[in-house]
Amino acid sequence: MSQKANQLLKNKKKNILELWMKNQLADEGLREDLISNDELRSQSEELINALVTNLSGENFTNLDADEWSPVIEILGGIAITRARQGFSPRETGNFVFSLKEAILEVLQQEITGDQSNLYTESQKINRLMDSLSVVTFETFIKGREEVILRQTDEITEISTPVIRVWDGILALPIIGTLDSARTQIVMENLLQEIVETGSSIAILDISGVPAVDSLVAQHLIKTVSATRLMGAECIISGIRPEIAQTVVHLGIDLSNIITKASLASALAYSFRVMRLEVKKISTVSKP
Amino acid sequence: MMTLSLSKDTIQVLKEQDVVFLKNRIKETAVKIKMGLVNQTRLLTAASELVRNMMRYADGGVCIIEVVSSGRVNGVRLTFSDRGPGIPDIQAAMRDGFSTGKSLGLGLPGTKRLVNEFDIKSKVGQGTVVTILKWANG
Repeated sequence: MSQKANQLLKNKKKNILELWMKNQLADEGLREDLISNDELRSQSEELINALVTNLSGENFTNLDADEWSPVIEILGGIAITRARQGFSPRETGNFVFSLKEAILEVLQQEITGDQSNLYTESQKINRLMDSLSVVTFETFIKGREEVILRQTDEITEISTPVIRVWDGILALPIIGTLDSARTQIVMENLLQEIVETGSSIAILDISGVPAVDSLVAQHLIKTVSATRLMGAECIISGIRPEIAQTVVHLGIDLSNIITKASLASALAYSFRVMRLEVKKISTVSKP
Repeated sequence: MMTLSLSKDTIQVLKEQDVVFLKNRIKETAVKIKMGLVNQTRLLTAASELVRNMMRYADGGVCIIEVVSSGRVNGVRLTFSDRGPGIPDIQAAMRDGFSTGKSLGLGLPGTKRLVNEFDIKSKVGQGTVVTILKWANG
């Protein structure tokens, strides 16, 4: 960028900011519910300051240059916050694009009479702002992906609770597909809980597992063997009729494992093993 | 009887997340043609075995979901194709208990028992194509 235009941008920083703010506030997609006008203004000011300070002739189109890292950092920060706050990609994109509009407008006002100069300078600004938009989008999407990853973690965490249904009896409802990672978590939680509570029976309830294929079955068998090594008995409950048929067709042998159709029957079985009895108290009062 | 393809849907499977998406699509398709619950579960389990193989040995691939019709009955045909290492000995791979990867070795033979039609083609170094078909009430 020629010295002149460079200087011009520095001098006209205020104008550009005002124009940019005006553009942003006039935009229909302005999200006053997500960000206050003051906050938006301070974000914009921060970005424009960094941008203007780092404008130097040579590295104008080379975003890898060191001078640009503060700008990219600020832009990335803004994009990530916006992703978390729930801005749409369009709204985030407009933030950068409206800055481009503002700069181009100021250039047009200032460089008068020299069409070819105006053209080359505008081209440069275009190129620069386009690369900055790409950076914004990359970070925005990365921010969104982080949100998704965090949710995945949360789901895995909440979906493997170990419940003490009775003194000495643990129940572990499994919901969703059982893959290697889940099995590992289930097994760890279960074995840990067996040690802590000194339980002798663990019930794995698979009512919430949509399909049992050979890998899921293998994982179940492993979990049962590990539980047995700890000296506890493991019962698999919640086997639905269609699952039972599928398992038989697949040729999986679960005959060494105690299986029950429902959690209730597994619990009843556990009571029998532990020589416990559940009785209905007669309501007839003694005379 | 000629088998007609009524609809076709191609899904790329590259990540673990795609597997869940694929299973949901297969389930939707099965529900649409009024497949019974037991057959749905069989089809889904078979698909689950094949997609697992694809992820494990070939780092993913493509699945084509088709609704096919032969006269009065409708069915779902799934084609799993990958560009993985291929299977050198298909006869061995189709035997119960055979596995090169420490699994139960029931995936392929089990899948064959779960569906109505099963076809496997594989070339070492080029990839594997497995096609399965399950009729709505077969």
